Amino acid sequence: MALDTVAIAQTTPDDIQPFAQLGLKADEYARIKEILGRRPTSSELAMYSVMWSEHCSYKSSKVHLKQFGDKAPKSDALLVGIGENAGVVDVGQGYAVTFKIESHNHPSFVEPYQGAATGVGGIVRDILTMGARPVAVMDPLRFGPADAPDTRRVLPGIVAGVGGYGNCLGLPNIGGEVIFDETYAGNPLVNALCIGVMKHSDIKLAKAAGAGNLVVLYGAKTGGDGIGGVSVLASETFGSGGSTKRPSVQVGDPFVEKVLIECSLEIFAEDLVVGIQDLGGAGLSCATSELASGGSGGMKVALDKVPLRDPSLSPEEILMSESQERMCAIVEPEKLARFLEICAKWDVTVTAIGEVTDGDRLIITWNDQVIVNVPPRTVAHEGPVYNRPMAQPAYIDDVNSQVVQLPIPSSAAEIRATVLQLAGTPNLADKSWVTSQYDKYVQGNTIQSQPDDSGMIRIDEKTHLGVAISTDANANWSYLNPYQGAKLALAEAARNIATAGARPLAVTNCLNFGSPEDPGVMWQFAESVRGLADGCLEMGLPVTGGNVSFYNQTGAVAILPTPVIGVLGVIDDVRTRTPMSFDVAGLDLYLLGDTHADLAGSEWAFMHGQRVGQSPTADLGREMRLIEVLLAGREEKIFSAAHDLSQGGLSAGLTEMVLRHSVGATITLADVGISLLSESPGRVIVAIEASKTDALSTLAAKYHITLSKLGTTGGDSLIINDAVISLAELRTAHTATFPKLFG
Amino acid sequence: MAKIVVDVMLKPEILDPQGNAVASALPRLGFTFATSVRQGKRFEIEVVGDPTSEQLAEVEKAAEVLLSNPVIENYVVRVEK
Amino acid sequence: MRVGVITFPGTLDDRDAARAVIAGGAEAVALWHADADLKNVDAVILPGGFSYGDYLRCGAISRFAPVMKLVIEAAGKGMPVLGICNGFQVLCESHLLPGALTRNSDLHFLCRDQEIEITNTQTAWTSSYSVGQKIVIPLKNGEGSFQCDDETLAQLEGEGRVIARYVGQNPNGSRNLIAGISNARGNVVGLMPHPEHAIDALTGPTAEGLGFFTSILNAMVK
Repeated sequence: MALDTVAIAQTTPDDIQPFAQLGLKADEYARIKEILGRRPTSSELAMYSVMWSEHCSYKSSKVHLKQFGDKAPKSDALLVGIGENAGVVDVGQGYAVTFKIESHNHPSFVEPYQGAATGVGGIVRDILTMGARPVAVMDPLRFGPADAPDTRRVLPGIVAGVGGYGNCLGLPNIGGEVIFDETYAGNPLVNALCIGVMKHSDIKLAKAAGAGNLVVLYGAKTGGDGIGGVSVLASETFGSGGSTKRPSVQVGDPFVEKVLIECSLEIFAEDLVVGIQDLGGAGLSCATSELASGGSGGMKVALDKVPLRDPSLSPEEILMSESQERMCAIVEPEKLARFLEICAKWDVTVTAIGEVTDGDRLIITWNDQVIVNVPPRTVAHEGPVYNRPMAQPAYIDDVNSQVVQLPIPSSAAEIRATVLQLAGTPNLADKSWVTSQYDKYVQGNTIQSQPDDSGMIRIDEKTHLGVAISTDANANWSYLNPYQGAKLALAEAARNIATAGARPLAVTNCLNFGSPEDPGVMWQFAESVRGLADGCLEMGLPVTGGNVSFYNQTGAVAILPTPVIGVLGVIDDVRTRTPMSFDVAGLDLYLLGDTHADLAGSEWAFMHGQRVGQSPTADLGREMRLIEVLLAGREEKIFSAAHDLSQGGLSAGLTEMVLRHSVGATITLADVGISLLSESPGRVIVAIEASKTDALSTLAAKYHITLSKLGTTGGDSLIINDAVISLAELRTAHTATFPKLFG
Repeated sequence: MAKIVVDVMLKPEILDPQGNAVASALPRLGFTFATSVRQGKRFEIEVVGDPTSEQLAEVEKAAEVLLSNPVIENYVVRVEK
Repeated sequence: MRVGVITFPGTLDDRDAARAVIAGGAEAVALWHADADLKNVDAVILPGGFSYGDYLRCGAISRFAPVMKLVIEAAGKGMPVLGICNGFQVLCESHLLPGALTRNSDLHFLCRDQEIEITNTQTAWTSSYSVGQKIVIPLKNGEGSFQCDDETLAQLEGEGRVIARYVGQNPNGSRNLIAGISNARGNVVGLMPHPEHAIDALTGPTAEGLGFFTSILNAMVK
């Protein structure tokens, strides 16, 4: 078997290499040659091709994502910003919280269970890598039509995969979304979020500093996972039949990851690492080049020392392997013995595979022959950057100029039918079928989880400090107006944590779009990023990191632009949070915020197959005032309950509230149809004791938020004007949908 | 009476966490014979009389679409007396 | 009094169990699966989780952990042992308790607030409750369906060794709605739902699980 070494590459400059099959463009290949001053070896080609892929290099999105830095609001809370594995924010009392969301969309379509499972595994390792103990996960999911046959294949597998992996790690799953739309058929979205907690002093970074320090690989052995693409190189190098077929599917082993977490935290606690990086996409190629770039650049790795699950792997394949549950640490030589001891305690495979060197080259050898000799920054950070053409797609003017034509209920019978229909429609129906497959109790710190507006975790058992987090996207609005859609999603996520009384602190995002090579999609993307960056600036919330997933597209049909926005907030005492619903009769219900005829992009419009009109315009100044009302209301103990209104409007909001503790409500509405169905942003239902009426009025007036009385709590029905819906029938409508669809 | 047996195994290149866990437990109990363990599933399917070639073809199809996940698993259909 | 909480590789609810032990009024002592002594504990809890990934069979590999040899010996001499969820599965695999826990009848992992009825208060872990008392604590598992042969079932029922039953619809297909059982002596108890997640209404559905952890103090005082 011929090994392609740097020495050979120097003497055979004209060898033809399969760069195109590896996804590199001719000019990209030319640039690699220019950087190296020769043709790359096949191992170098493997590294560049995977690190310069869209997934790893953000080459199409970089020019736009720059805005998150350029427009960043001044924030004292940000401890680690964009660029590291995950952002870190100060939440007070010496605690730091790290959180991030990532997509695992394509693998989850191919193999739903393993795709979703390894998606959870990957984001958890990102959080662990920052030095934090992972404390919770959350999973926004999107699928094709609920009744489509492929959804019945994909959804149960993905849900079982999210649960199977997360449950086995002992991470409570505290929220997420399950949304259906035909554009997600063939393009399910599996976004996985993880939150981790540490003390400020425990923050770890991906840097290989200090010549002579060791490069230590620990965790699972390396197999042929996820290297379908690079097999073209293997066959080039070894001739056909030389190696077994390589799977493009990665299989996760949550048990190994759980052990890896505990082992790593013990290692961190004893301060045994200088820098650390997890092995995710692009495996060792990514970990070595990023660690080296994070330091002075010099690193030497003996690739033949990597422990293999499959001994037939070629060096190129080892560099590309995406085998799960692996970490790479930089360790001072005198600390190695203790490092090995802790790994032995946890039965974790560990090997020193190299060392940090002076100089600025990443040199990788295979049986003492140099197969890679590159400046690591050119691999990790200086990949190609594209200013892709973009143009407002033709549909925008077309749909914006139309007006939704929807039946608006007015009689008691119509109101009853509408409320029940909304309660049971898949996008709004009870999601217990999904969430009951997730452990929400483990670790004993879960304060809120699905179906609450946000997830909330207690961080300190003595002081009761906690954090809340919510993820949101409204793809219907983003389709009509991607700029406004992103801002509205940001506002909704912030509002969802503020209803409980948590103050928004920082933002993460997972931007799911179609092909960046389609100028229309690129425009949607650019507008979404611009909207989010402008929104974050206005709301004073820093973006701490995120993820872009392109190519979510079947043929010419892209998914709806789906920027999922996560907002993290802090609450000083979780015991005093405002709950999402009421459990007693006799409370007064009020609406904070204004209701307009905002039906475009609403769930009611979606249910009638209409995706036209103009999205609402985000008024972030008003959103921020509303948040102040919610926070002050919690502090002044005005609210008995508060619940955000979003998809499904007042109808869905009331349904969720009355069913939560089986306490009904009597509601009186003017313009009842629009009042129930409108999805005007910036609205919250609050429940108060009558004695708090003046306090609420004063608070709303102070922040110029419209306040209107809705009704009172009590009884065993939801009564809206003269329409009476028993809680029993409402519950049946709300809860029957998922079991009926998915068994 | 003969029955149709379908053995489903993870493809050799796919990670088998369960097999690995068993493989590392064996030496702890003093069993040192194993260099590798793979865990699979076995289906025993009974039919009236001896299986016909048509039935075997049907079982092959069922193994492909239901009993195995062809993305990560292989299967073997055979008749066992 | 000292209550040991064992951590196997893959154990998840060890911190929760220790928190519950402390809330119950005892001292929690961390025990490691590879430990060769029980550190003078007066009782032992095998917490929930996925020890060894639950591969092969739940609890099948953990039962051979060095610490389990000591637990089995001590249990034989009357030391109180509580196995919760995965711990229950380990106790069955270790033959400290009869029967086995198999896959939930609907084949899904299920996490929900579950009402159970305490049916035996004579064990080391249930004396704080009254017979017939109904409590709500989390149930969360994929393999929680208690199965045994008819003879064993008759024996368990005949000797009053079913210590808790599910109320309402059977959540997982357990025979006779069994949520927990004890050994003949009453010192070893296995329970599928999780009392350690119900010691405080802030983080659990109720605080009604605390009784398991106060019961053990009564057992020791006797």
